[in-house]
Amino acid sequence: MSEPLLKVKNLKTYFTSRHSQVKAVDGVDFVVGKGRVLGIVGESGSGKSMTSLSIMGLVPGPQGKIVEGEILLEDMDLVKLSDKQMENVRGNLVSMIFQEPMTALNPVLTIGEQISEMLIKHRSMRKSEAMAKAIEMLRSVGFARAEQIVKEYPHQLSGGMRQRAMIAMAMSCEPKLLIADEPTTALDVTIQAQVLELMKDLRDRTGTSVVLITHDLGVIAEMADDMIVMYGGQVVESGTADDVFEVTLHPYTKALLASIPVIDEERDRLYAIPGTVPSAANFPVGCRFADRCSLVETRCRETMPELQEVRTGHWVRCHLVTK
Amino acid sequence: MAELQMLSQDAPVSLPGEYLLEVKNLKKYFPIHGGVLRRHVGDVKAVDDVSFTLKKGETLGIVGESGCGKSTTGRMIMRVLDSTSGSIMFNGKDITKIRGNHLRTLRQQFQMVFQDPYSSLNPRMNVGTLIAEPLVVNHKGSRAEIRDEVARLLEVVGLSPDARLRFPHEFSGGQRQRIAIARALALRPSLIVADEAVSALDVSIQAQVLNLLADLRKEFGLSYVFISHNLAVVKHISDRVGVMYLGRMAEIADKKSLYANPLHPYTQALLSAAPEPKRHQSRERIVLTGDVPSPAKPPSGCAFHTRCPKVMDVCRVERPELIAYNDQHQVACHLYS
Repeated sequence: MSEPLLKVKNLKTYFTSRHSQVKAVDGVDFVVGKGRVLGIVGESGSGKSMTSLSIMGLVPGPQGKIVEGEILLEDMDLVKLSDKQMENVRGNLVSMIFQEPMTALNPVLTIGEQISEMLIKHRSMRKSEAMAKAIEMLRSVGFARAEQIVKEYPHQLSGGMRQRAMIAMAMSCEPKLLIADEPTTALDVTIQAQVLELMKDLRDRTGTSVVLITHDLGVIAEMADDMIVMYGGQVVESGTADDVFEVTLHPYTKALLASIPVIDEERDRLYAIPGTVPSAANFPVGCRFADRCSLVETRCRETMPELQEVRTGHWVRCHLVTK
Repeated sequence: MAELQMLSQDAPVSLPGEYLLEVKNLKKYFPIHGGVLRRHVGDVKAVDDVSFTLKKGETLGIVGESGCGKSTTGRMIMRVLDSTSGSIMFNGKDITKIRGNHLRTLRQQFQMVFQDPYSSLNPRMNVGTLIAEPLVVNHKGSRAEIRDEVARLLEVVGLSPDARLRFPHEFSGGQRQRIAIARALALRPSLIVADEAVSALDVSIQAQVLNLLADLRKEFGLSYVFISHNLAVVKHISDRVGVMYLGRMAEIADKKSLYANPLHPYTQALLSAAPEPKRHQSRERIVLTGDVPSPAKPPSGCAFHTRCPKVMDVCRVERPELIAYNDQHQVACHLYS
């Protein structure tokens, strides 16, 4: 693996109210290498989006809080930064793109104004200079008529174009890390292909590391170098994407792969994981997947398995999978 | 009276012809009004001359991207939306012109399941009332009979009997979709139109609902029109698949030949673009440039010619008709005419 850029250590993000404590992220560790794409996959409620918001310092307060852990971007601990310092990190060192570009873009500003705003703030550029850079960025994400696009408003663009404009904006300050949270989920298949192709191309050109969050294992297989599988706020399996797809070890990951219809093969009946994801307000004592696992044993319900390195670089949280 | 109706519903119906559903030259134009006088200045051709058939007990999948007209087609079959022209023969009878009481009676035989079970179920009704509603509205049996029927339906879709007294918000997305399915099944329809019925669900839950739909089909001899943007899901559940683009049917074939031998360049691109949960895909990816054109101003000739990698001169002028490539496979493309 290449040199690490981002190290997340024992991250815990909880939401506390008078009546309950929701453990959205509960002790997550991972590393993003320089120039690598880390895929985070999980179902709704697995804590994948809250992990990314924690990195961005955007956990919705006052109930939500990072209660423990470190997020090291090179040697800087993002958890310890003040709001002011964090503002300088966001958009500058770390950028994020979201599922729904329409809600992330400001509807009353032109695309050009939104991109140049960042450059003026973080790069102290003059307005004209920033606008020229905005046009250049838009061209690099595949807009042929970038000079016109800078003058247009978000509603004038289609979904795929908006997402490409978002990417242009996110990449304009040349961040070290790009976090993409379900970037293609709202897009049509052929447009998704365009956006994925663009993200790959940008990574190759700029060497930016990417954290790609999605529920779609197909997108992960396509894009990721490394991957982690999350369940119930924890990492249950992590490793290189080759390892996890080819030597799948955790029963949850296996079940997930067996439950998806695949074009290339005929599956008579899908494997349906029984039950539903446990509530983050009330996790069981033992393994969080125990109630839905086909291989469950008594010890699974009694003690929580540790995340162990079972093969080199391949980590699994399961009592039944050992070296 | 109620008893009699129930009996006649259960009795085997002799079908005129082998098709449950025959859609011919179906069109839906939404008028665009413009100018100060709100004059009719054009049409959004949401569905433009679509024809297909559905045999009894068969599942037809319809795939396409947003704006291709797949949902509009489904809604016209359900008679939620009136068609502009064309015919929809259901059990040999054209249903496009039927209104009032006739329509209400006929509607018992075709039901719909929607994408979002959060908005398709009335949050103020408990599950028992929700499932009983179609039975009550259509006077199907006494109170006690309806209560028994609700209990039976809950069992059929895999929910516990005590779900009857709970409210939709107490259930997860997958369970809500089960409730919606139970409701659709209440009147023992022969056709179910499922519009993106599993798209909002997590993959593990999606598998549960897909399996349920497959079981119900066997148990009740249902036919489905399964509308989705997800090619893998459509392949899994369908016998035949139609691919729509910009209001037109680009290709329609039995599942095997469509996925093994896609003929239309659009189908080929669509299949190659779908990310599969496997490393090192052998398939060559075709990345289409540009967006789907607006159905208000569809391109001349073949609607796909603006993005087609194999475009020829004829494609820009002449609209290709859907022709039979072989007896299982129809395609609308000049490459094959």
